[in-house]
Amino acid sequence: MAIKQLTVFVENSRGRLAEITGLLAAHDINMRALSIADTQDYGILRLIVNDTEKAMRVLREKDMLVQITDIVGLKVPDRPGGLSGALTVLDQAEINLEYLYAFFTNVDDSAVVALRVEDNAAAEKVLRDAGYSMI
Amino acid sequence: MPAERIRDLQSEKLTSQVRHVYDHVPYYRSLMDQKGVRPEDIRGIKDIGKLPFLSKEDLRETYPYGMLAVPLSDCVRIQSTSGTTGKRVIAYYTQHDVDLWEECCARAIVAAGGSREDVVQVCYGYGLFTGGPGLNGGSHKVGSLTLPMSSGNTDRQIQFMMDLKATILCCTPSYASYIGESLKESGYKPEDNFLKAGIFGAEPWTEEMRRDIERLLGIKAYDIYGLTETSGPGVAFECAAQNGMHINEDHFYAEIIDPATGEPLPDGEKGELVFTSLDKEAFPLLRYRTRDICVLTREKCSCGRTHVRMSKPMGRSDDMMIIRGVNVFPSQIEAVLLKEGYAPNYLIEVDRVNNSDTLDVYVELLPEQFTDTVGGITAMEKKLAGAIRTMLGIGPIVHLVAPKSIKRSEGKAVRVIDKRKLHD
Ligand SMILES: [Zn+2]
Repeated sequence: MAIKQLTVFVENSRGRLAEITGLLAAHDINMRALSIADTQDYGILRLIVNDTEKAMRVLREKDMLVQITDIVGLKVPDRPGGLSGALTVLDQAEINLEYLYAFFTNVDDSAVVALRVEDNAAAEKVLRDAGYSMI
Repeated sequence: MPAERIRDLQSEKLTSQVRHVYDHVPYYRSLMDQKGVRPEDIRGIKDIGKLPFLSKEDLRETYPYGMLAVPLSDCVRIQSTSGTTGKRVIAYYTQHDVDLWEECCARAIVAAGGSREDVVQVCYGYGLFTGGPGLNGGSHKVGSLTLPMSSGNTDRQIQFMMDLKATILCCTPSYASYIGESLKESGYKPEDNFLKAGIFGAEPWTEEMRRDIERLLGIKAYDIYGLTETSGPGVAFECAAQNGMHINEDHFYAEIIDPATGEPLPDGEKGELVFTSLDKEAFPLLRYRTRDICVLTREKCSCGRTHVRMSKPMGRSDDMMIIRGVNVFPSQIEAVLLKEGYAPNYLIEVDRVNNSDTLDVYVELLPEQFTDTVGGITAMEKKLAGAIRTMLGIGPIVHLVAPKSIKRSEGKAVRVIDKRKLHD
């Protein structure tokens, strides 16, 4: 099952990131994972929260550009090479990886990584076939 | 009328018009004297370039009666601009001038397929604004049944349109869209009304709007052009070819000039439109700079009319920027944005770095265009920059920015920041 990621367009203005995280905190929204892709002009903030719909509403009320993107939440086995093995599986299946980032907390003693690929269903299938599990 | 015959007629009219103005308008006489031009130096259209220009500032300067060329007792009407951009301009008309203007509007109605069998619904404003009175008079001249609705009260517009079986609609294109949407909301289909044509002007509109209006109302939509300074609507109008507006050049001589230098430009080149009233009596402006940027063509029109055609205005000469030697109008960039599916919320920043002009265009992203990868946004920026380069001949750097992040002052967006002036 795909996980809902909030994607937010962030102007490179000082305090914008603090504003967003502050806004979510004020609305009791918990962040479980976060990454930011930065350019000279703007950043793309990717967030996984406990209440995606509410977070989107809160941010849109502030005229922010927000979108929901489906990503794969991969449980990475707690052993050396756990992640690299999974990436090799994707690579061999010729599934393009756009980006990935880690969750703050572990689930069932596994680290969790958010994967953004071209085809979520295909990625989940090959990973599952190779013995990996998703959240 | 063959083109040569038109030119002879124009030359004849210009010669006597220049004499008339020189003798009766002291303000213009002194402009000619300053330039060292005598009325006898103007022997025909070929000499028109010797005459001084008039601008909106001249009209403000001479408000209200400084351009009057006949005794006030010979005038029967005034019309006026809205004055939104400063002092109002007052135009005055003798009965001859009113007839001439209405004749021009009548040609526009005929070109849109109008005849005495038609019912013409005029929902331009009536009053000081020229839209209502112009089309009203034109419709009378054609012999059509005229519905003098004026603007607003859309429910009543729709009731009269349906009950009286209006066949030609005259209003602003935005009001035509509004009427169309209202009809649709009231459950009418495009084929339910009796309209066959619409004559729309008095504000800028795009080909896209034309298609929307045509679809909404089930009509053919015609463009019309005019200025209070020249008479009002009807100075130029579209024919069935919908490919440029024929200028009533037996009354109004059109030139295109380079707005920066004032030099005349050949047909086909983009520049500022300049009009000379060849036979108006009371308010005969010579070489009036409209500030509208357009192109003239004398290529044969499929409708058979030989009168020169003007393009839809592409921008205002006041907005022109010269970037790397190329004339650039914000409206050109705006047209590309609309075509590429962006909202017209943008900011153009021009600067000079290492003696070379830079052009940066900031464009607000629409929510549905947003993508979650930097690569995706970069690709959109490159595509848009390419489309702008194709249009202008010079390449910009495009920056996609968040919605509503471009500052608006008093509701109106600032479109251009030219930082080069800071260095001068
Ligand atoms: Zn034509």
